[in-house]
Parts: sequence; C-alpha cells; structure tokens
Amino acid sequence: MDLRYTESEERFRQTLRAWLAAALPQLAPEPAPHDWPARRAWDTDWQRRLFDAGYAGINWPTEYGGRGATLTEQLIYLEETTLARAPYVGVNFVGLLHAGPTLIAEATDEQKHRHLPRILRGEEVWCQGFSEPEAGSDLASLRCRAVRDGDEYVVTGQKIWTSFAQVADYAEMLVRTDPDAPKHKGISWLILPMDAPGIEIRPLRTIVGSTEFSEVFFDGVRVPVDNRVGAENDGWRVTMVTLGFERGTGFISDLVDTNRLLGDLAALARKVRRRSGTAWDDGALRREIGRLQAEMDALWAMTKRNLAQAERRGVPGPAGSVVKLYYADLYQRLTDVAMRVLDRASLSMDDVGDLPSGLFVHERLRSTSFTIAAGSSQIQRNIIAERILGLPKER
Amino acid sequence: MDFELSEDQTALQEGLRQFCAGRFPMEAVRALEGRGGVDRALWAELAEMGVFALRLPEADGGVGLGWADVVLSFEELGRALVPGPLVWTQLAAGLVPGAGLGEVVVGGVERDDPSRLVEYLDSLDVLLVLDDEGVWAADPGAVEAHRLGVPLDPLVPVSRVVGDLPAGEQVSDAAGVAAFRRHGAALVAAQLLGIAEVTTDLAVAFAKDRVQFDRPIGSFQALKHLMADMFTRAEVARGAVYAAGVTLDDPAVGRPERAVAAAKITAAEAALANAKSCIQVHGGMGFTWEVDAHLFLKRAYALEVAFGSSEEQAEVMAAALADAG
Repeated sequence: MDLRYTESEERFRQTLRAWLAAALPQLAPEPAPHDWPARRAWDTDWQRRLFDAGYAGINWPTEYGGRGATLTEQLIYLEETTLARAPYVGVNFVGLLHAGPTLIAEATDEQKHRHLPRILRGEEVWCQGFSEPEAGSDLASLRCRAVRDGDEYVVTGQKIWTSFAQVADYAEMLVRTDPDAPKHKGISWLILPMDAPGIEIRPLRTIVGSTEFSEVFFDGVRVPVDNRVGAENDGWRVTMVTLGFERGTGFISDLVDTNRLLGDLAALARKVRRRSGTAWDDGALRREIGRLQAEMDALWAMTKRNLAQAERRGVPGPAGSVVKLYYADLYQRLTDVAMRVLDRASLSMDDVGDLPSGLFVHERLRSTSFTIAAGSSQIQRNIIAERILGLPKER
Repeated sequence: MDFELSEDQTALQEGLRQFCAGRFPMEAVRALEGRGGVDRALWAELAEMGVFALRLPEADGGVGLGWADVVLSFEELGRALVPGPLVWTQLAAGLVPGAGLGEVVVGGVERDDPSRLVEYLDSLDVLLVLDDEGVWAADPGAVEAHRLGVPLDPLVPVSRVVGDLPAGEQVSDAAGVAAFRRHGAALVAAQLLGIAEVTTDLAVAFAKDRVQFDRPIGSFQALKHLMADMFTRAEVARGAVYAAGVTLDDPAVGRPERAVAAAKITAAEAALANAKSCIQVHGGMGFTWEVDAHLFLKRAYALEVAFGSSEEQAEVMAAALADAG
C-alpha cells in the first residue's frame, strides 16, 4: 500500500495547477442562477478551454479525443479543479459523464464520430431521458413508446427529472420498442435530437426553488433508426454500461468539495455567536464536526482504495454503491449539524449579517435529493446486499 | 499511488487468517476465559507468527516490516477475537526485553486513568505505565489491586488498582509516549475493523441460512438493508485504518495524529454498530451466551475505550479542523 504520488503524477498536478491559475481568471463572471442559456454558454466556454489545453474527457480514451488519464491522474484532476473552484461538467454532465462513455462503449463508429468530438469541444449538450412518472426506482418498467415506421422510430410518451432539458441538443433516451417482451427485454437506447418537432419541456420547481429539471413530453417525435445505440431491445444492457460509469469515479469532485464545506462549517461554528461564546465552544457540536471530518477522511481513503482496485480490475464494480450510500448520508448529516450550528440564523437562505449561512441552509435542503437521485439509498442497499453480499432477491 | 495491498501484504494477511482459524477457533478463544484470556503456549505461537516482532529489525529477531503490516495483522487478530494484551506487548517490543519474542507478556495503563482499571493484570510479566513524561516499566506483582468478578468482556479480565501505581523504570521519554499512544490507537482501530468485518460475515451467513415465512430471512429488505449498512461501515473504516498504517510509516502523505484519530473513530463506530446489528439479525439466538455474537459486541466496547475513546479522538479531529481554519 502506497499513498505517495509518483514523480510523473506530481508533475501532472503541477502542470494542471499552473494552467488553472492562468485559465480561470479569463472566465467571464458566472451567469445568474436560473438563466439556463447563459449557463450553457458559460459551461461550454469552459469545456472548450479544457479541450484546447488537452484536459477535456480526462477519462476518455485518446482515440476518441480524450486525455486517457490513469485513474490516479483523474483523481488529481478532479481534486485540483475542485480546489481551484474551476467549473465542473455543468449543464453537460450527461454528455460528458453518461452519454459520451456509453457511446464509447456501445455506439457505431459513425455515431461516435458524429457526437464524441462535439461533446468534448463543448459544442453539443446532452440530457437524459430515463425516468418516467411511473418508472422511478423500477426504471425497467418505463412506458415511453418507440414505434418503428420505415427507417424511423416514432416516440410518444413522457420523461421526468430531465436536468437541463431546456438547453440540450440531444437526449440519451430509453424507449419501449417491444411492449410484449419481459420488461428488461423490450427497451432500446436512442440518440434523440431535442430540436425535433413534437417535444414539449415543462420545468419543475425544486425544493430550493430552482428550475434545472423538467418534465419532457414526446408526441410523435421522429428519430432515425440509425440513432439507435446497440441492438433493438438491447437498451437495458446498454443502460447498465452507463450506470456503471455513473458510479465509478463519480464522487471524487463531490468529496473534495464536501471536505472544503466541512472546513467552512468549522469556521462558521467559530463565528456563530451564542449567548456566551460561539457554537464551537459547545463540546457536543464540536466533537460531532470532528467525527464528520473523520468520516470524510475515511471516505477519501476508501476512494483511493477503490481506484487502486479498479485500476487492477478494469471496470468499476458495485463499490460505487458503497460510496454513494455513505456519501449521501454523510452530506445530509453535515448539513443537519450546520442547521444546529446556525440555530435561528438558519431561518434564511440569504446570508444573515456577516455569516456565510445561506449556503448551508440551501445545501441542507438541496441534499435531500442525494439519497433519492441516481438510484435511491434503498436501491443502493439492495445492490450491495445482493451483488456484493450475495443475499437472495426478495422475489 | 497504489493504495492496495502488495503481494507480500496479501500473503501476510492470508497467513495470519489461516493461523487464527487453526489455533484460535471460537471454541479455543472461549476456553481462554478460564485462563484470564492468556495462554502462554498460544502466546508463544503468536510470537512465532511474528505478531509482536513484525516491526523489529531482522538483526533483533524481528521481521523488519512497517506499521501498515502490523495494522493488517491486528485486523486479523480482531477478526478472530484473539484476547490478551496484544497491543501493549506489540508496542513493548524494542522497549521491554523479551516482549517481541513473546517471552514476556506486557500490559499497561495510563497513570492518571480515573477508572483505575487494568486489563489482564494477573497474566502480566511487565506493566507499562504511561504519563506525559514517558513510558515506565513496573512489576505487576508490586501493584496492589483486586480483580473484579464479572468483566464486560469475559475474555478481558479487569483489576482495580488500589493506591498509586508504582513509579517504574523509564523505558521511553515524552516524545516516545505520544508515539506510543498514537500507535496503540491505530492497532486498536485495526482490531475494531476486524470485528466490523467478521460480524458482517456472521450476520450474512446466518441470514442466508435461517428460514422464516418459507424463505431465507436474508431475502427481506429490512434485514438486507441492515447488512448493506454493516458492509458499508466496515469498508469506509477500512479505508481510514489502512491509511493510518500507511501514514504512520510515511508521514509525508498525511498527519499521523489525524489519520489515527479518523481510523479509531470510524472503526469503533463500525465495530459497535455492526456487532449490534449482528445480534439483531440473529434474533433470539443473538441474545444467548451460546451464539458468538455477544462476544464481538463486548470486545468492541472494550476496545472502544482503549487508547482514547471516540469522544477524545473527535476532539483531535476538531483541533485539526481548527488548526486548518
């Protein structure tokens, strides 16, 4: 076991750090929170800068224009960019983290050539059409139909929780192509152009008042059969490839960010006044913050172990479920402690006086999604119990 | 960076696991209750496996390995519930003649411990007393104490010291005692990690086997989720415990005090929570003396308060945060 970075890994870090220091001041000011077209422009501008500097698609193979970095270099990349407060994948998280990797694994050469370079250059933004009102945790029960009509599919149905649909060029779509087959065997994976006629997007308002995700309605939307990835009715397997990517190195940036947030919480506690002293003088609260830091350190160490294991075995395993399950709970507990630290200063999502309090209140509310989105914690526990511990399925 | 066991480390781990399975099956561990937790012949065999001398240079009869390797070996001792003052004797190697070779059994206590309790006192050849000035070796026979009738852990007998502990002969200085405590906490964390793992294994095995409502109880989500959480806690703690071992060997990769505190906190939480869940999964049988589950819970409690409880370690973490801010 060795936690030391090699010379070449340290060089990679120093070069990246120097580039970030030069590149970040050139960015325009961040757009207003709900101005999605401006957000798209800002995020894709950053993506283009990454591309020009050779950092785009850090984990993508070089033959598709990516960096082909080792897992340790990916860890360094995510650590350094997060610490430097560089933008992350932003509105194109689906293209860069889900759809792109799926195309790499499953698409035809023509499909790869058409989309991958544009995703990396920040010219093409993707959203995800997976969940439906009646297909949440039970994703395979999805109903959105695609009926073959010559060399096109005609798509009719509804998707939900589609992040950044307003500004996406394409959707990675799961559709039902065989309603008579068992539910996992009648699904296909389509590249659906979001500018096709027959699409209606209705933004939803989230618990924190934001509007990044939408319901999307499809009414006879025509998609070329050539846009199918993988064989007809083999979309579930193709999807599983995507979900595998989703749980690989996915939480590194979040962990680095959360570690900083925890440091900020400790600083906040030393600033929040009680009738005598500060919140930090409350030993129970102080030790709870200390425990959270112990758990953060443990989770970070575990991530390094997961990377070392993935480096040897190739594909990410169900260990991703362990990280997601623990991280989601830890973040919620962290922000719960923040609410206790703030006491009555928690009553506002705007900062109260000179306290940087609003962020913590916002994060307490926003993080309620962490145990729900991308496979709820209950689903993660089923995965761990059945795929790792080998416990029998319920039915 | 490659934070995965080397081939040698995997061999060390497997070797010790096999040794424990052969020499410390649960019936042998339980039999030690009547011997105060320590059997000299088994102690000598532990020494032969290198448990106490792993860190000593080969010239001194040791194996010349690092803390990461000792951590791995103590994880196995924790899994097997091997009793005795293992951590104290391991740390005494190099300070107390014969400790590394298992010829003397060494225990210890903090001089200002308000509980006045010493574990395994009747089995000890040497008692180490820690205070902020250093580590002191005393004759356990010179300690006036009485043994308590019913210890929390039947394999961890405790005696209460009457009056002052003997001054003893100094074997390490103030800097040495700080390192001693840190190393002790790391090795206890490793044992706790072993308990967190083995209780998960026991619960999972039982849940696959036990049938109620015409199906294995492990198919019920209510229990599945308990066990998924057990596995998750153990894996997270494993990261921290291994990182503590590596950081003790190579302080350039982190701060040893913080790494050890994080390991102790997460491993204690994992061991305690998992031992409780292990009993819950076993149902009524988990409440009996006959099933082993209770022994793991009791050991987890006994180790949680060794070399600094989680409350104390949490203050270490809080201080690290305050320093960083």
